Amino acid sequence: MTVIEARGLRKAFGTNIALDGVDLRVDEGRILGIIGPNGAGKTTALNAILGLTPFQGELRVLGRDPWAERDRLMSDVCFIADVAVLPRWMRVSQALDYVEGVHPRFDRAKAEALLAKTTIKHARKIRHLSKGMVAQLHLALVMAIDARLLVLDEPTLGLDILFRKQFYDSLLNDYFDRSRTILVTTHQVEELQHILTDLMFIDRGRIVLNCSMEEFESRYLEVTVNPGQVAPARALKPIYERQVFGRNILLFDLKFDRGIDSNIDRQQLAALGEVRTPSIADLFVAVVGNQSGAAQGAAQ
Amino acid sequence: MNTQSNAMNESSIQSQGSAPAAVSAARLMYWSIRREIWENRAIYIAPLAAAAVFLFGFVIHTIIMRIRIDASGLDPSQPHGFLAHYELSASLIMGTGLIVGIFYSLDSLYGERRDRSILFWKSLPVSDLTTVLSKLAIPIMILPLLSFAITLVTQFIMLVMSSVILLGSGVNIAALWTQVSFFRVSLVLLYHLLTVHGLYYAPIYGWLLMVSAWAPRAPFIWAFLPPFVICGLEKIAFNTSYLLTLLEERLVGGRESSMSTNDHAKDFAGALIPHHFFGQPSLWIGLAIAAVFLAVAVRLRRRRGPL
Repeated sequence: MTVIEARGLRKAFGTNIALDGVDLRVDEGRILGIIGPNGAGKTTALNAILGLTPFQGELRVLGRDPWAERDRLMSDVCFIADVAVLPRWMRVSQALDYVEGVHPRFDRAKAEALLAKTTIKHARKIRHLSKGMVAQLHLALVMAIDARLLVLDEPTLGLDILFRKQFYDSLLNDYFDRSRTILVTTHQVEELQHILTDLMFIDRGRIVLNCSMEEFESRYLEVTVNPGQVAPARALKPIYERQVFGRNILLFDLKFDRGIDSNIDRQQLAALGEVRTPSIADLFVAVVGNQSGAAQGAAQ
Repeated sequence: MNTQSNAMNESSIQSQGSAPAAVSAARLMYWSIRREIWENRAIYIAPLAAAAVFLFGFVIHTIIMRIRIDASGLDPSQPHGFLAHYELSASLIMGTGLIVGIFYSLDSLYGERRDRSILFWKSLPVSDLTTVLSKLAIPIMILPLLSFAITLVTQFIMLVMSSVILLGSGVNIAALWTQVSFFRVSLVLLYHLLTVHGLYYAPIYGWLLMVSAWAPRAPFIWAFLPPFVICGLEKIAFNTSYLLTLLEERLVGGRESSMSTNDHAKDFAGALIPHHFFGQPSLWIGLAIAAVFLAVAVRLRRRRGPL
């Protein structure tokens, strides 16, 4: 079951192209992390998916055109834009009453149960809650909705590390199942690494990497090269190289086209040094950083 | 509703192809209006406060009158402008409602963008049309009805209090009650509120809502400055003042046109016959303009994100 399907998604603000022909397909039961630098088009892509902005190209979310049918789509889609969008004048009880009033798939009992685990009082106004509590409240509201797609745009921005951990734990343990789909963007990539099933890098309005986490783990390897073996390691064409404490760390893409009969494997790399799966952040720097480097190189 | 969605939760795989659960339009409107009243408590606090202030002044006035009757033998058979006071109470509460309605309309679609809560409202299955209509309902329906109810209660309290204060002073209390003609006056008031504040002012509120949905900042200035400037321009360029007259007529003309006579006590039946009011082209033109403003407001709300 395809949840999101986009073909040639484009969006320009004047001369600034936010989305430059994005093709995207997200199946049910996936947790897709969208990673990109500021201004890469992440939020624009999410806004198009949520029916908050018009776009060019083809886009279906749960079989609907989000721009034409935002209100109907929102029966099946939830989103948390960032931590500060809950109306500050509202009381916690009013937020519960209101969502219960307008949302056909809201389970009040579930929301109450989730709130009971926190220290949030019903009579409190949202303006008097801490940033972390507002995030907890919003998450409780959203998790009590039996939605099929949940979109999180920087959901933990500005929260301390305990709240961030709790946020994702709660999401995984009490919410996620194989019939739901989650889309999440964040700059705190390392916290997401073990949660995601799919990964997407977006840069300057284009998708530069799109793979499942299984593929990510089997395809990309990072080698802390033994001293003295740097030259043979470099000959294997790493996609990125960095230095930490005087050691050279080389990142390899096993599917990188090295020509016929010269593909490398894990054993080969293990002989050169210590091999492990790279962090998403390191791969991001390698892929996105390399691209801008390549663009500069081409210009010279 | 919740048990239904629970059941769907259990069998979410089957629910994929089925029609989505829906909340009726009336229920969405009810909760949207309720939400507006939660957020803008001035909607009921301001008219109540106006009524309280008026009642306070009225009690002082009546006590002074009693003292004068007792001391200097003021003729107790005259009602001493009592009727005028009843009208004044209605005008004061109505005027408060009008001011609240104007400021409410100007802030509503602007405020949700300013505080970013528009992203929360848009994350729920409520259409932009429902939202804009619920915001329109506050000045053209909720505030008039509320003003009416508060005025009714205020006038009743006024009657009771003046009866108590003036008891035994020689003033004919029974005459007081019949003179005020409670039922009749309140019907005229309700009619006036619903026709003038509800229908005749609709284009004004439509304009305010549209500006509120559009303004990048300072909706107040955007709402009032352009008409002001255009009036000035018209005066300088053509030495005419059609727009000013038009706006004036819209603001004060509704009262006269909704009733064929100003004096409700004399020609009560004639005043209430609405054929005159509903036969006016200006009413219908105004409603058409209001519809255009609202349609633009809905489109703007759909496109606009937080500021």
